[in-house]
Amino acid sequence: MKRRNLLASAAMGLMLASGAAFAESHAKTKACFVYVGPIGDGGWTFQHHDGAMQVQAAYGDKVEIQYQENVPEGADAERVLTQMALGGCNIIFTTSFGYMDPTNAVAAKFPDVMFEHATGFKREHPNVSTYNARFYEGRAVQGLIAGRMTKTNKIGYIASFPIPEVIMGINSYYLNAKKVNPAVELSVVWAFTWFDPAKEADSAKALIDQGVDVIAAHTDSTAPLAEAAKTEGVIGFGQASDMTEYKDGPRVSSIIDNWGPYYVKRVGALMDGTYAQADAWEGIAGGEVLIGEITDKVPAEVKAEAEAMRDAIAAGTYHPFTGPINKQDGSVWLADGATAPDGDLLGMGFYVEGIVGDIPQ
Amino acid sequence: MDFGGINPVILIATLMASAVPILLAALGEAVVERSGVLNLGVEGMMIMGALGGFVVAVETGSPLLGFVGGAVAGAVLSLCFALLTQVFLANQVATGLALTLFGLGLSSLGGQGYNGIKPPATGQLLPDFMADLPVVGPIVFGHDWVVYFSIAMTAVLWWVLKSTRIGLIIRAVGESHEAAHALGYKVNRIRLGCIAFGGAMAGMGGAYISLARVPQWVDGITTGAGWIALAIVVFASWKPWRVLIGAYLFGGITVLQLNVQVNGGLPSGILFLISLVCIVALLVLYLLRAGRTPQQSLNPLLVIALAFPPIVWAVAVLLGLRVIKLPVEYLSMAPYLITILVLVIMSAGRNSKANGAPACLGQNFHASR
Repeated sequence: MKRRNLLASAAMGLMLASGAAFAESHAKTKACFVYVGPIGDGGWTFQHHDGAMQVQAAYGDKVEIQYQENVPEGADAERVLTQMALGGCNIIFTTSFGYMDPTNAVAAKFPDVMFEHATGFKREHPNVSTYNARFYEGRAVQGLIAGRMTKTNKIGYIASFPIPEVIMGINSYYLNAKKVNPAVELSVVWAFTWFDPAKEADSAKALIDQGVDVIAAHTDSTAPLAEAAKTEGVIGFGQASDMTEYKDGPRVSSIIDNWGPYYVKRVGALMDGTYAQADAWEGIAGGEVLIGEITDKVPAEVKAEAEAMRDAIAAGTYHPFTGPINKQDGSVWLADGATAPDGDLLGMGFYVEGIVGDIPQ
Repeated sequence: MDFGGINPVILIATLMASAVPILLAALGEAVVERSGVLNLGVEGMMIMGALGGFVVAVETGSPLLGFVGGAVAGAVLSLCFALLTQVFLANQVATGLALTLFGLGLSSLGGQGYNGIKPPATGQLLPDFMADLPVVGPIVFGHDWVVYFSIAMTAVLWWVLKSTRIGLIIRAVGESHEAAHALGYKVNRIRLGCIAFGGAMAGMGGAYISLARVPQWVDGITTGAGWIALAIVVFASWKPWRVLIGAYLFGGITVLQLNVQVNGGLPSGILFLISLVCIVALLVLYLLRAGRTPQQSLNPLLVIALAFPPIVWAVAVLLGLRVIKLPVEYLSMAPYLITILVLVIMSAGRNSKANGAPACLGQNFHASR
């Protein structure tokens, strides 16, 4: 009897202790972020960090933010994620496409830690969610401005890696430029990097040297805008971040990634216990994609047209991929009036008709 | 002649500018390694130079002072390396790697608050009427002073290392520090000077990225340029002119492949120009060898490499191709592949002993031994 009592009370004590520990650990939710570049890139990672800071501002003492910059995609990412999970993170946001497999691999080992992977599509475990933004909606607005603004009828796109998100952006940019300016030609440069200022600048220069006068970039730094600023008459767009420092120069508008609301919502859900696995894909309507201020370099009527398109997309009355659209090889993709299903967009691996060149494998 | 959308004059002018950071850093490292020191911290010194140059240029408004600031920043960081390896005799490989990590971190810290600022512009050196001349204008006269400086430094270092007393001493220290010590040279002091020089050159190379090539400061701006410079030094057999060839090859093919992507293929005209350069190089090499006794035959691998572009061009002409389409994935690895291939072929061959590494490379020296 005595021994049983002892055991029972010991078990009770243990439960109490662990319960207390549990309560304490949840008194402060630890939200961790993995960044592919430096916060100072002024673009992609800068915006994710801004979102993380919004979480801190929203919940104050109740959350603890931890982040790591410059984490290479691949095996290193797995190590960083494991360390974060062991270090008491409750929710980990992995903010680049290349973290897709590492995120799922580490998630399998830590079922109690929630993982959120940006721009990916693999949710192999119940604790992995994915989130993305409909950047192609912003690309459509940029395409319209590009088509209207180009004098040489040559527009350019600095692409990073051949993944659906980038290809989607190229197609949307081209289609909506073509819609307002049938003579427009698109040149795509694959930089094969997310962040390499010198190479991004060289890519922009190659485009400018061959007569391109509107440049959109899908890489993370402000280098393409700095290069565009060297040549009179060349314009470009802020990518991921507003890049306002080039407002009196080549930057005429921008796509701003606004991750804050989503991060605040997810961390909040984790804290009040309503968290569930999700596959989020919001766009202009949801406030995740913002169109940066269109500057005075753009004529008033073009600006009005662009803002009307933005509002139509937000209201759901216009879809950037509205048929008839053919694939590059001439086969039909969307019939007249049809809009692109999300599945097609998320797996997009083809150019639309009119774009010259091949997508690298 | 069909150049497509690519203007060969602009292409050459661009490659000369885009090779400057790697060229400066590699020249500095070549001197360091010739003195027997392996400093793997080039990347760290470059990025410190990029930051130092940027900060000084922004604060003073003078790009010239900026480059001086970049050189000083690089040299100061290299002196940390010199202190650890020459005074405390720490392992050079480990210290160099640590120096890179340290430089990347320190520059990230020091660069806070400098994001989004535009530095004063580094303009072209010579007056407009010279730079506006057709063809020679952009290629020969249209550059900023750093481009001329980098070429001049190549010539100066070649001359110093080959024909001066200082060069001989540096090489002696690198080849056999025991012998140099026995002759009365202060091995560690000479090496310290070389390390500081290498740091200053790397710092200037970094400053060129943040002041001229990208003109802005962003974290991690050098993204591996230092490692490329290190590789070029080895593959160029520690010889200044070969370093220049390596840097121009790498810079040139990087710029060319981006242009080829925009153009949708390699125009036959550009290939013809490349072939022309190869044929001239072959002739020059042949004439150089012909004058020597005993007569040496050309390295057959080099002949094949140089004959390759003209053959491809001839085939393209026979097939009537005006544009040669190349897959993007091959294009983007071409700079690395071709540069290394060419330099390896150049350093292979009969007199490979003359192309070898300095005998004391990476070994520490202490007079008590």
